[in-house]
Amino acid sequence: MAAPILSITDLTVDLPRGGDRPHAVEGLSLEVAPGEIVCIVGESGSGKSITSFATMSLLPRSLKVSSGRILFEGRDILTLSESEHAKLRGHRMAMIFQEPMTALNPCYTVGDQIEEVFLSHTDMPKAERKAKTIALLEEVRMPDPPRIHASYPHQLSGGQRQRIVIAMALALNPSLLIADEPTTALDVTTQAQILAMFRDLRKTRGAGIMLVTHDFDVVAEVADKVVVMQKGRVVEQGTAEEVLNRPRHPYTRQLIDAVPRRQAEVTQDVSGRPVVLRVEGLEKIYRVPASFGRAAREVAALKPASFELREGETLGIVGESGSGKTTLVRAMLRLIDPSGGQVFVDGRDIASAQRSSLRSLRRDIQIVFQDPYGSLNPRRTIGDQLVEGPVNFGMSRSEAMKRARELVRIVRLEEEALSRYPNQFSGGQRQRLCIARALMVEPKILVADEAVSALDVSVQKEVLRLLAEIRDRMGLSMLFITHDLRVAAQVSDHVIVMSKGEIVERGPIAQVFNDPQHAYTRQLLAAMPGQGWEVPDISTLPPVSA
Amino acid sequence: MLRYLLGRLGMAALVALTVSVISFGLIYMAGDPAVALAGENATPEIIAQIRAQHGYDRPIAVQYLDWLAHALRGDFGVSPYFKIEVATLIADRLRITMTLGVLGISFALLVGVPMGVLAAMRPNSMIDRAALFIAVVGQAIPSFWFGLILIVLFAVNLGWLPASGADSWKGFVLPTIVLGYYATPAIMRLTRTGMIEVLGSDYIRTARAKGVPPRKILFKHALRNAVIPVVSLAAVQMGFMLGGSIVTESVFALHGAGYLAWQSISRNDLPTMQALILIFSLFYIIFTFLADALNAWLDPRLRD
Amino acid sequence: MTMTRTLPLSPRRQMAQRALRHRGLILSGAVLLAIVLIAILAPVIAPHDPYRQSLVTRLRPPVWLGGTWQYPLGTDALGRDMLSRLIYGARVSLMIGLISAGVSMVIGTVLGISAGYFGGRVDSFVQYLINVRLAMPVILVALAAVSLLGGSLLIVTMVMGLLLWDRFAVVLRAATMQVRSMEYIAAADMLGATQPRILWKDVLPNVMSHLIVILTLEMAHAIILEAGLSFLGLGVQPPTPSWGLMISEGKELLLFDSWLIMIPGVALFLLVFSINMFGDGIRDVTAPEGRN
Repeated sequence: MAAPILSITDLTVDLPRGGDRPHAVEGLSLEVAPGEIVCIVGESGSGKSITSFATMSLLPRSLKVSSGRILFEGRDILTLSESEHAKLRGHRMAMIFQEPMTALNPCYTVGDQIEEVFLSHTDMPKAERKAKTIALLEEVRMPDPPRIHASYPHQLSGGQRQRIVIAMALALNPSLLIADEPTTALDVTTQAQILAMFRDLRKTRGAGIMLVTHDFDVVAEVADKVVVMQKGRVVEQGTAEEVLNRPRHPYTRQLIDAVPRRQAEVTQDVSGRPVVLRVEGLEKIYRVPASFGRAAREVAALKPASFELREGETLGIVGESGSGKTTLVRAMLRLIDPSGGQVFVDGRDIASAQRSSLRSLRRDIQIVFQDPYGSLNPRRTIGDQLVEGPVNFGMSRSEAMKRARELVRIVRLEEEALSRYPNQFSGGQRQRLCIARALMVEPKILVADEAVSALDVSVQKEVLRLLAEIRDRMGLSMLFITHDLRVAAQVSDHVIVMSKGEIVERGPIAQVFNDPQHAYTRQLLAAMPGQGWEVPDISTLPPVSA
Repeated sequence: MLRYLLGRLGMAALVALTVSVISFGLIYMAGDPAVALAGENATPEIIAQIRAQHGYDRPIAVQYLDWLAHALRGDFGVSPYFKIEVATLIADRLRITMTLGVLGISFALLVGVPMGVLAAMRPNSMIDRAALFIAVVGQAIPSFWFGLILIVLFAVNLGWLPASGADSWKGFVLPTIVLGYYATPAIMRLTRTGMIEVLGSDYIRTARAKGVPPRKILFKHALRNAVIPVVSLAAVQMGFMLGGSIVTESVFALHGAGYLAWQSISRNDLPTMQALILIFSLFYIIFTFLADALNAWLDPRLRD
Repeated sequence: MTMTRTLPLSPRRQMAQRALRHRGLILSGAVLLAIVLIAILAPVIAPHDPYRQSLVTRLRPPVWLGGTWQYPLGTDALGRDMLSRLIYGARVSLMIGLISAGVSMVIGTVLGISAGYFGGRVDSFVQYLINVRLAMPVILVALAAVSLLGGSLLIVTMVMGLLLWDRFAVVLRAATMQVRSMEYIAAADMLGATQPRILWKDVLPNVMSHLIVILTLEMAHAIILEAGLSFLGLGVQPPTPSWGLMISEGKELLLFDSWLIMIPGVALFLLVFSINMFGDGIRDVTAPEGRN
């Protein structure tokens, strides 16, 4: 085996005083060899990103390395001065970040920003810089490189911007590439292309790649070696094959067990049950008014969509960003006004209802949103927010409070929660409180709009289980909107696939997944990472001491 | 970009029109203008005569359009107090005020922007705290009082600079400081918050990850972005300075448009008052429009 | 590593805790409280009648310049006791600050919140109003209005109240737009809350900290503006003891008796400075992330 490019020994990074633990990273050791992809996996707060920032010397001022060594190409980079380290960055080691939308300076063209790498580290003449940059744009498979070269970041999509960041990182052929959740903010099809690019790079460039991720399927897709982190410590490391299939540490096992399976746990036949929600030809068109040199246009955010939801059924609505799934939900609930179509709940149409009668109609259909931090009012107690619905519908406050206490227990929180404020809860707890708030008015239908997308896998699993349990216990019907096919597969009975504002495929979950009809569905399924990996059944593994 | 600017231009025109209505309406604010002009003890016949003479007996809309049509041609009538054309009077006085405005905003930018950048480089450091403290102190000093103090100190006690008048460049030093210091804290604060936000942004991290030298990160990547809102603020502040020139010019006895405004108001010289309010407002509208245009050039996102 | 996770405090407790640790806030709060008490207790603590003129005791210097304790801050050109005028002047400044900023707050908040919440045409109209207001030079319009309507305390206060609402409108519009897009607003809408209820229970509490900060800034602004108008002779009319007017009256004797303008100037500075410090403190306490 080749000598490692990067070898981190016993690295400890201190957190500022007053945090919930003294170290962001504690006693971490790992190695990255040339031509090898090492994945660091962990949930939020595990310290996985801190490790990569420490290596790049990009730690925020409040975090300090207190001990350990980071040997890169034989030199301890912790002893380097800022300007010495700057000479390595972008040249010998390079980094790709999570959020492509904000990673580029809005004031300069992307060509300019890539060329800046050459400008900072070489004395290449201008023409050569440009030629190299165009070649790089080709290498990261950008269409029409000369045009892209002169484009500003805001003119490119998220996936394209991420390719620009990758092009920058590759510019001077670094021996170490660090990628911090590089595909988390991207659609699954873009993710597949970028992961494929990483696999190629390892071969063509021979660079060592350190990839930080929370997603075990991404690990399964690209990793040679895996490092699992929990609360700043490495709990397990080994080859991808070992860690993925025969995890030894209980925490690794817990994480792998929480990975959503690509099939439903239980499927039910709902065909004979009564319809509780019928959507007919619902559409949303935005009119762009005429302006200088441009005629008025109409943009269909949602083309006429129809579907039915039956009692006790969970209907998954799957699509990538921009597919129109959020527009569908918002138009259905009249959070935005639809341009046409009907939405029948109990035989009454929400889409054409007067503002005044909308209130009582919406009572039957409630929603849980994606962002656990934005969906609770930070200035009101949980109790106050829970009783809001029933009180608006005429229930007395004390009676509503009684129901609130009951529901808080159902979502497995303590009754004291009612007198607290949202900032006193974790993301998963908040999402459970949002579910409780929605259930306070006893709806027949619960809409979950990306309700688990912002949560760590283990928390995600709990919330999904809770939702299924509540659905069965209360006889609810559910609309489950998600971009994550795996999650959709796990919870839904039927599924609708959306693309470009249109429903392109629908059917029972097993049928859509095993025998997709539409080209887009096939493409989406093919792009799912980790398909070669059969998630092991943790219960059959030999026991280990914790 | 054309669309963005045309939108702004439309708003600017609408605002200008509204301001003209308000300026015109001023003469009716204190009641019947004919009565006011006639003075005390005027007989009803004299009042009626004045009313007819000035056209105050026509419908208000007609009077306004007539006034506006003249104003657009630069004709604001004759000042009853100075007994000369208002337009000539103002044109004569505006030079000093504009010089002062340009000097004042330059002073504010030259002090405020570097101070803001310096403070933002080390948030919560001694430099930062000192800069913020100076800003709070600066904002709390009334400018007329500050002017008087400067006169006592530099003109009376030290004798370095003249206490009043605009005979040489020396006469502009103190007024520039008095006019400029009041805008400095706002510019400094906006530069500081802008720089702190930008320096914490993802694209600065990207630039650092590329190995771009720190100085270049600060000036090429950070300042360029942080300065965009400062441009708008500077335009607004420059507009405010024209208003502020009333105070400054009367403290330093500079015979500019601000001083003229004060004279016309205390002498109840309505045509001059109307013209000055309209002109000062138009300057503000022009400055902010130019700032919008400059920002469209600085920020590629506004161009599409 | 076993550490018991302590529960974060409620927002109100967090703020209280931060407020108690904030030196600038405590200090400026104390100064403000003192000034308010002085203003309220003026008749009790003022040693002389602030209006009583006496030719015999004209231009007595303050004690540190050789004066006597009978007139600790000296007397003005009309022989009135400076200390007593200063004490009564605090009433004028505070009252003008409070009422003008209060009137502006009502106008600006209603405009800003409606623009931010309802958007569309309402927003365009409010933006237009804000632009018109900003285009008109405040001092000039205020001077003209006061000269045309007459310079009573009430008119000065109301004119300023009608002029200083722009910052409320601008800031609250932006803050409300941000709150409007939060999902808890959509959730409240789904749960049958009426629009006034959403505005009252969900929007207002979440823009309140901005509102209070602007309120302090505009109080300071109004106080300085009144002093400026009075200095130019078109604000509060003599013989009312206004600090701006005192500076204006002392201006004539600037070269000989500069303490005549120093004393009211320092008082004005101290008040405005404390209000601004207090406002900064409140901003730090309510939105600590805004500082770093």
